[in-house]
Amino acid sequence: MEVPLKEKRLMEVKLGELPSWIMMRDFTPKGIAGAFQRGYHRYYNKYINVKKGGVAGVSMVLAAYVFFNYCRSYKELKHERRRKYH
Amino acid sequence: MNENLFASFITPTMMGLPIVVLIIMFPGMLFPSTTRLINNRLVSIQQWLIRMTTKQMMSIHNKKGQTWALMLMSLIMFIGSTNLLGLLPHSFTPTTQLSMNLGMAIPLWAGTVILGFRHKTKASLAHFLPQGTPLPLIPMLVIIETISLFIQPMALAVRLTANITAGHLLIHLIGGATLALMSISMTTAFITFVILVLLTVLEFAVALIQAYVFTLLVSLYLHDNA
Repeated sequence: MEVPLKEKRLMEVKLGELPSWIMMRDFTPKGIAGAFQRGYHRYYNKYINVKKGGVAGVSMVLAAYVFFNYCRSYKELKHERRRKYH
Repeated sequence: MNENLFASFITPTMMGLPIVVLIIMFPGMLFPSTTRLINNRLVSIQQWLIRMTTKQMMSIHNKKGQTWALMLMSLIMFIGSTNLLGLLPHSFTPTTQLSMNLGMAIPLWAGTVILGFRHKTKASLAHFLPQGTPLPLIPMLVIIETISLFIQPMALAVRLTANITAGHLLIHLIGGATLALMSISMTTAFITFVILVLLTVLEFAVALIQAYVFTLLVSLYLHDNA
């Protein structure tokens, strides 16, 4: 059965069709909010909403937070690398 | 080094957009809601912690004061989680900004004072004059009590700001000192490192304690006035 391009998942899109698939995605605010919601629920149900959740689920989020802040302040941190002459 | 020291306290903007709003909203994402009767392990732990804190803090109030339970519990969770997240490397702590702490302290304190004035007018006015003062001292004492009343929100805000900022600055300074000492003398660097570890443990405690103190004081002002 042939699935129309608009409704294919990312892994099923052929490489040649990729640009047209990206253009067809929903970029309205509602669509973007929907994407964030879907991503949040995917992560939550996989790592946190399990009967015996552990420290790994939360610490992945915290590691991403640290990485985000590092990227944000990279410009100031560049000057503090270990060098003989600053 | 002077400029680097305070660079971590600048309000973060990225290309002109205030992402500080995102950073303030981030701790909210770490507290999932309890949708079922028996939740997953992490949500059950969170539920147990919040219930224990609520019982501890709200038991001293009467029925009217206990309507503030939601406000005070959200306050302690917000301040506690924001302070703890600030201990991660490179992160920005919103509670180091005096503006935010004033924004939390003044409305809550004003709420308790106005509540007291509306419902127990005579008793809250009577707070201004302690019992048993000699007659000549009364005018001066009323002035002093008024000043001490108006200083309460300022003290709340400045206490939180100063404690968290001072802790972060100390960690930066001692960490920098350890790094600089490593090339000069390993022993001194090791001692400084031990100091750094102890300081970090203290900062964890301070983060939680400050949240507690803030909430406790607001709750105390509530108890006086409602």
